[in-house]
Amino acid sequence: MNVWIAIGLTAAGCYLAKLAGLLVPAGALERPLVQRLAALLPVALLAALTAQQTFADGQRLMVDARAAGLAAAAVALVLRAPFLVVVGAAVAVTAGVRALV
Amino acid sequence: MAEQRTPLQDLQDTGAPGTPPDGGPDAAAVRDALGVGTAVGLSGFAFGVTSAGAGLTLLQTCALSLLVFTGASQFALVGALAAGGNPFTAAAGAFFLGVRNAFYGLRLSQLLALPRPLRPLAAHWVIDETTAVTLSRPTRRSARIGFTVTGLTLYVLWNLTTLAGALGAKALGDTGAWGLDAASPAVFLALLAPMLRSTTERVAAGLAVLLVLGLLPVLPAGAPVLLSALAAPAVLFLGGRGTRRDADRTGGTTDTKPAPHTTPAPHTREDR
Repeated sequence: MNVWIAIGLTAAGCYLAKLAGLLVPAGALERPLVQRLAALLPVALLAALTAQQTFADGQRLMVDARAAGLAAAAVALVLRAPFLVVVGAAVAVTAGVRALV
Repeated sequence: MAEQRTPLQDLQDTGAPGTPPDGGPDAAAVRDALGVGTAVGLSGFAFGVTSAGAGLTLLQTCALSLLVFTGASQFALVGALAAGGNPFTAAAGAFFLGVRNAFYGLRLSQLLALPRPLRPLAAHWVIDETTAVTLSRPTRRSARIGFTVTGLTLYVLWNLTTLAGALGAKALGDTGAWGLDAASPAVFLALLAPMLRSTTERVAAGLAVLLVLGLLPVLPAGAPVLLSALAAPAVLFLGGRGTRRDADRTGGTTDTKPAPHTTPAPHTREDR
């Protein structure tokens, strides 16, 4: 039951967050500063999510095989590899490092 | 990689006016949308496996992908529940992660200019990937195509692969050994990379990383990522001060001069 409460709250909260963004009147976005902020926020959040999911183990920081996987993804990105190759490289290198260490 | 522009694509896109619907930016939008939608959609498998491994039932796992449909929040919720968190703190962490979609929505409502009745429907698809594809389109028409095709492809595949992952979790055994936990950060990095066009974006990204890693050990789950968003106004504030000082020196004003960190080029083009 607890799990269903969590699922219900998360689904409702996340949906309302998405909807709120779309419903803000266009006039509120005409100021250049607001526009620059809206363009820059995803950059900050995506960078933070990448770092968190690579280096966090719960509330602890650690460098493990995921870091090697992310490095592989970065190399693939620099080489302009397709999306699936980027993700595949990260997964394969992470699994490979774990198998070796 | 979907959002990375080749010089050829840029040439094709700048030739946009009068381009037939089956060529140029529209075709590029469909191609990129299918690429992102397929690749990320397939990573729903990793979520299904993780969720089942955390002890959620098949129905609960699938309900998350159908109803929440924002990967990072889903992973966060499942992780918190597996760690024994109560449903309210687990949901709060997942919600904090989902708040970023509100910022995406701000940007998208401007680019897509959707009719009001459509917005509650479109809202469910406002996520990292649809935003990234939409932002990289040169025209409103191709932005709408990019959003719709990415959303549809990703929604269908994400839910099918969630189901497959949840069903196959037992057969896989130790999911960490397969490296599947690296799929999600790789997806975020791939979405981020093409956005790092100028110093402003890079500094904001760097600052956000420092903030999240610094705050992670001391704040509850979800809060560090949300607070790292402060990197964006901080960088704009510092950049704005720098620009104003330059303007004072040259006798110009900040308003007339295009700032180096304005919205990436495609969106400021006249053809929107």
